[in-house]
Amino acid sequence: MSPISRGFHGRRRASDVDASRVPPGQYVTTDFPVLSAGPTPHTPLENWTFSIKQGGETAKSWSWQEIRDLPSQDVTADIHCVTKWSKLDTRWRAVSLDTLLAQVEREARYVLAFCDGGYTTNLPLADVTGGRAWLAYGYEGAPLQPEHGGPARLLVPHLYFWKSAKWVRGLELLTADEPGFWERYGYHNYGDPWREQRYAGD
Amino acid sequence: MTERLYGPDDSALDGNAIGGVLREIFRSEMTTAELTCGHCGNASQVAEEVVYVRAPGTVMRCRACTSVLVVVVRKQEMNCVDMSGVAALRAS
Amino acid sequence: MAGTAVRGRLTWQVATVASAWQETASVRTIEFDIPDWAGHQAGQHVDIRLTADDGYVAERSYSIASAPGEPLQLTVERLEDGEVSPYLTDELRAGDEIEIRGPIGGYFVWDGHDAGPPLLLVAGGSGVVPFRSMLRHRARIGSNVPVRLLYSARSVPDVIYRAELDMAGDGAEVVYTLTRKEPPGWAGHSGRVDAALLTEVAWPGDRRPLAYVCGPTAFVEIVAGELVSLGYPPDRVKTERYGGVGAP
Repeated sequence: MSPISRGFHGRRRASDVDASRVPPGQYVTTDFPVLSAGPTPHTPLENWTFSIKQGGETAKSWSWQEIRDLPSQDVTADIHCVTKWSKLDTRWRAVSLDTLLAQVEREARYVLAFCDGGYTTNLPLADVTGGRAWLAYGYEGAPLQPEHGGPARLLVPHLYFWKSAKWVRGLELLTADEPGFWERYGYHNYGDPWREQRYAGD
Repeated sequence: MTERLYGPDDSALDGNAIGGVLREIFRSEMTTAELTCGHCGNASQVAEEVVYVRAPGTVMRCRACTSVLVVVVRKQEMNCVDMSGVAALRAS
Repeated sequence: MAGTAVRGRLTWQVATVASAWQETASVRTIEFDIPDWAGHQAGQHVDIRLTADDGYVAERSYSIASAPGEPLQLTVERLEDGEVSPYLTDELRAGDEIEIRGPIGGYFVWDGHDAGPPLLLVAGGSGVVPFRSMLRHRARIGSNVPVRLLYSARSVPDVIYRAELDMAGDGAEVVYTLTRKEPPGWAGHSGRVDAALLTEVAWPGDRRPLAYVCGPTAFVEIVAGELVSLGYPPDRVKTERYGGVGAP
């Protein structure tokens, strides 16, 4: 039984939080912790593209400017990291993945997001459509910083935040599910924070 | 001027930082153990490899090629270790 | 030698704060009572674990500041947005309990047994902590291995252990470089550690020196790279990285 360290609280906690907004096991913070499994990529925007791949081919690709020219939304969301911190009312500028996926004829049921630096994460197609997922390039009124995934990252707030892949460069549409980076190393394949699906087998 | 694809990486630590976790797993001092990278063949001591600890798990990458060598995920009270990126480990 | 490195317990032990004192405005040294402390080697570190009353847990690692044979002391720098360091520097007091695991490390250690090669210790900010352990150990065992400590700090008030380092004698030299602010009349070095300063301070290659570099990651990368460029074989340059400056 670990002794309590008198007076220790950890991260700056938000006060007056509506408990119904906090999934089980989470602590609400006002910080925005930076988590990373590797070096921060710095792809120049003139070389950056976002692609949707299917059957081993690129079905559709957008340049940075083309993404910026698409209709975008201001999204406010609560985000929940599997490392137990949650942050409420985060504000993003983002393009709905519905907008991007609508431009591709697809037979897939799953997607595998792929990113600069090699990170991947998998999701059911149903979880990145229907207004539940975005490609985000702005945060709190400013361009998304590299340490938080800029120039653009996925934003899928209804799942643990490791699914909101940083430095995303595209989605691979798959007929069979394929585990991504953390899913292969023991994290849950789906990752619903409300059912506390942190690890495989939860 | 060549653009660096990866910026200077201030958040990275080295294998010294996970000496305690590795002691717990291997029951032995591991910072001087030599790892051979399964991707590029580089051989370095654990203490010299690149380590990220601010993540859902601890990730050790090869200093020469950045490929993942070791991942440790702490699940409840257990350490789950994946060493599939390591071609060889030689404890000193 | 490997035997002493593994002697410490692998599991978490309760440590009680015995006393604490300020080294600088933002740096504090804390001494602990640990019932089963088995001792340590100079350069090793410990992992600490803090548990809040709502169950929240945080873990960090700190280099051991005291010499082998002395009670366990850790020196902690308060980092601006830190989650753990402000608690250790501002809140923790005598009688409080934390958990400690260690000592840990078999790479970044100096036991003084080699009659030996001259040592070059290069410290960036709080990276000086393990070197204080090494210098104290050297004095306690009466070693006359020549040692130079090159210590980069922001300003004189930021120099940790100043009084103790100024008294280092018997073949131990300390060279300071200040990166942000010098006092009037400062005759020492200014600016970041670079190739020119290392060329001046580092032992020449023909003496087969052994170098240890400790501090923020970017500092260690630059200094280690320069030492290798100066001709130090890579396996004669040992490194310990503390992460980004301001990283909690």
